[in-house]
Formats: sequence, structure tokens, C-alpha cells
Amino acid sequence: MSAAVATAQSAQGAVQERSAWKETWTMFARNRAALIGLVILAVIILIAVLAPWIAPHDPTAQNLSLRREGPNAGAWLGRDEFGRDILSRIMLGARATLLAAIGVIVLSGVVGTAIGIVAGYRGGVADSLLMRSVDLVLSFPYFLLAILIVAVAGPSLRNAAIAVGITYIPQYARVVRGATMEVVGKEYVEAAHASGVRGFRIAFKHVLPNISAPIIVITTVGLALAIVSVSSLSFLGLGAQPPSPEWGAMLADGRQYVASAPHISIFPGMAILLTVLALNLVGDGFRDTFDPTLR
Amino acid sequence: MLSYVGRRLLQLVPLLLVISFVIFVALEMAPGDPVTLLLGQNASPEAVAELSAKLGLDRPLLLQYLSFVTDAVQGDLGVSYRSGREVAFELARTTGVSATLALTAMILAVLIGVTVGIVAAVKQYTFIDTVTRVGVLAMVSLPVFWLAILMIIGFAVKWPIFPAFGWGTYGHLVLPAIALSTYPLAVIARLTRSSMLEVMSSDYVRTARAAGLPERTVVMKYALKNALVPVMTVIGLQFGGLIGGAVLTETVFGIPGIGRLIVTAIEGRDYPVVRGAVLLGTVVFVLINLLVDMLYKWADPRQRGV
Repeated sequence: MSAAVATAQSAQGAVQERSAWKETWTMFARNRAALIGLVILAVIILIAVLAPWIAPHDPTAQNLSLRREGPNAGAWLGRDEFGRDILSRIMLGARATLLAAIGVIVLSGVVGTAIGIVAGYRGGVADSLLMRSVDLVLSFPYFLLAILIVAVAGPSLRNAAIAVGITYIPQYARVVRGATMEVVGKEYVEAAHASGVRGFRIAFKHVLPNISAPIIVITTVGLALAIVSVSSLSFLGLGAQPPSPEWGAMLADGRQYVASAPHISIFPGMAILLTVLALNLVGDGFRDTFDPTLR
Repeated sequence: MLSYVGRRLLQLVPLLLVISFVIFVALEMAPGDPVTLLLGQNASPEAVAELSAKLGLDRPLLLQYLSFVTDAVQGDLGVSYRSGREVAFELARTTGVSATLALTAMILAVLIGVTVGIVAAVKQYTFIDTVTRVGVLAMVSLPVFWLAILMIIGFAVKWPIFPAFGWGTYGHLVLPAIALSTYPLAVIARLTRSSMLEVMSSDYVRTARAAGLPERTVVMKYALKNALVPVMTVIGLQFGGLIGGAVLTETVFGIPGIGRLIVTAIEGRDYPVVRGAVLLGTVVFVLINLLVDMLYKWADPRQRGV
């Protein structure tokens, strides 16, 4: 095969790939709710990235004379029990919360996908051993398991993310295993096998790209779940430690003052709700795009 | 069916052994020595050794685990480091409270969730359907601890209708049960809706309609029965989430349940209590899933041979 033909073929492949993504995007964009979710999400991510520069005040600067001050022109969302600006803390807290959620997904996604691909591709003993371990994790109520792991590892945002990540591994493992088993029987995988491509190369080069749709869906839904779970652990004092701003921990700080200064708890909760809602909207959009039968 | 139940119950034994071992080893690895925590940093080595021996902490890990299992089988889960009372007693004291809360929440979730799901499916593409879909999305995105705080602000502080804190009267149950029910309610409503929609377009429903049966009979008698089969499985799974939600709800409302017990035990490194409570929560979860599998087989004859 001449080099020119090979280049032409790969260019054609790239065009086809691009048009497949374009088609997916067109279908996704037709869903107005999902699009709104995506815009909200983009704004939140932008705020998280730019937080240190755009936050109106220093998020850890205390001003005890202004403690528990309600929303006003100087502090739009009011101040907490140490007189710290709540808006600035929510902006900086977006970083902590989003980073922790991404950590959860990276951990559970990498480990779970690896388990799922090996189990689905190899089958046999490897499959039953791996899936038995996954079932063991699933036999714990997931939040109790996360609490147990943090209790062992010690309370911190990182450990909370690891704990939630471990509980979410089975989701990836199961979905990826199912998708892999479906793909393994297809002709292009058999063709790769016949032409001498080795096991893991097949798994990552030929299987993984073809099961990306279910992975994208569980990743978006998983991010939403991760944000709620990590902030729940922080709320219980098992995640982010003071004085670093984190939404769940901020909410817990305001719990004592629900009668006199409810704004301390209300606004961080709103931030969690808005982020999770946006992720769920986008996740539903992906699901509708990739699997119209689930609509 | 009976042999199936027997087989499943037998399978529980190794599972519980593995789970209890995981919990046991995990807590052994936890930082902080309980003896030092109990006696303080300045305790004499003799006192530490004496208490270690008394608590059995000086023995090899596997021996400790074996004696834990033999005791646990007889209902003895050890003694709380903090209160000095039996763990079994602490669990008995708190389990009833949590069970009342969780069951009330689940009954609310199933009754309202299924009803809303049916109505949304029957009235597909109407205003009611849209409201349901938006409502469901909002409810699955609500963090339960925030909702609980909002409810306290609204219905205990601003309009003092219900107590904000504590346990003991029916009034104490209202806000926590509603807060805890929202997530499973939304999940059940969403699944009932999609399951009903699928069933309503099936051949036997079309046949029933063609035979001239009134719409009410078609929906309630023919469609609903089959639509509820997948909903049942989800109810079982939601119990797992409910156990976690109970930890948060009990913390916000100051309810003396098992969730609150776990959190305070972790804070105080009271490992026998943590171990007992997590083990109990897991056993309950496993048993509920077994019950749901049995119901599933009973409701769907196609599953019986499997």
C-alpha cells in the first residue's frame, strides 16, 4: 500500500469520525434542557478556574465585627460566623468540590474501566474473580462504605474523594464489562485478533473507543453523585477541614445559626443544587442522544 | 421457591464472613490507638498493657477476628469503648428509631412516587407530565442535608409547625421522613413513568383496549401490575441509599438513630460500635435485596426457573 493511499484512508477515517461526533452534537443540541445544563456547567467551571482572581474578597479573611451579616451591597450573599464573605467562599469552594468530584471519577473510571474491560474481554476465571470482588463492594450500602473508608484513612477532602471513588468503581466495572462483551463478538474485533493484534491493544484501541457512549453517560451522572457524596461527607466533618472553603462544610458551619442567619447554609446548598442539576440535565441529554430507546 | 430461598440464605454466610472480615481489618488499620484514646497520652505503660489485655487487643489480629465472629454469632458484639455499654444494646436502642424513620420515608416514597409516575404516564406530554419530569430532576439533584436544613428554616423556625430537633412524638417524624423520602420518591416516580409508558404501548394493553375495556381497568388492572415489576427492584436498591440518607437526616434533626450513632462513634474512635453498626446496616441491606429478589420472582413468572 502506498503512503499516499494510507494518508488518504486515514484522512477519510478522520472525516468520518468527525462527522459522527458532529451528528452526536447536533442531536444533543436539539435537547434544550441539556443545552441549558451545559451552559450552567460551563459558567460554574469558569468561576472555579478564575475564582482567585474574580472573588470579591479574600475567602479566608475574617472580620468578626461583621459576623453573620445578611446579604448586602458589600457582601452579596452575606457573611459567615467568622465574618468571611460567603460569595467568595462559594467561588473558591467550587474548586474544592469540582476537583474532588473529578478525582472520584478518575479513580473509579480508570479502575472500574480496567476491571470491566479485562473481565468482559478475558471472561472465565478472571471475569468471575473480578466481578465477585465488585459484587462485594456493592453488597455494602455505598455511603456506609464511604464513611468506613474515611474513618480508616482519616478525615480530609482527598480521602473523602478516594472513599467515594471506591464505592463508584462497580458502576464502571459493570457497565464497561457489559459493553465490552457486546463489542468483543463484533467482526472488527475478530479481524484485529486474526491479524495478530495482542489482547490489551485490542482492548484499548478497538474495544474502548466503541464503548465510549455508556462511559460518557455514567461519567456525567457519576460526577453529580460524586459532588453530593463528597459534600455529604464534608457536611459530616469527614471531608474538607476548616478553614478551606468547601460547599458541604460551609453548609455544616451554618447549621447552628438557622434561626438567626439562615443565609450561611442556604447559599452553599444552592451552589450544590445548581451544579448537580446542571450535571443531571447534561447526563439525561447524553443518555437520550446515545440511547434513544431509554427516552 | 423454598429451595431458592434456602440457597440464597446459605450464600449469605460466606458473604457476611467476608464483609465482617473487611470491616474488622479496615478498622484495625485505622489511625489512633483506642487504648491511648481512652487513657490519655500520659497513661503508664502498665495501665495501657492492662487495658489492652482486658479489651483483647494484645492478641494476634486473626484470633481477635475469630473471637469476634464466635461472639457475634451469639449476639455479643462487644462493648462500647465510650459508654461501656454492650454494642448490641446501643444498636437495639437506635435501630428502632432508624427503622421507623426509614420505613415511613420509604412508604411515602412508594405511595407518592408510584401514583405520580402513573399519572404522568397516562397524561404523557401534558402539563402534569412536564411538571413531573422537572420535579423529578430537581428532587434527584437536591442534597438531602440541605433540604433538611431548608425544612427546619421554613417549618420549624419561620412557621413553627413542627419541632426542629429531637425524637419522640409523631411531629418529630414529619420533616425528617419527608426529607429522606424525596430522593427515592423521585427515582420511583421516574421509573414508574417510563415503565408504564413501555407497558401501555404493548400488545396486550392494545388488545385489552380493543376488547372495549374501560381505560381505568386497562391501566389499573393490566398495565400497572406489569409496570411495577422493575419498580420493585429499584425500591430494594433505594434502601441502600436510604441508609446513607438516614445518617445525614439524623445528624441534621438530632435523631438518636443508628446513623447518628455511627458518626459519633467514628468521631470518638469507638470501633466496636462502628463495626457493629456498619455490619448491621450491611446485613439489613443484603436481606432487603434478597427479599426484593424473591418478590421479583413471585411477580414475574418468567424469572422463576432462573
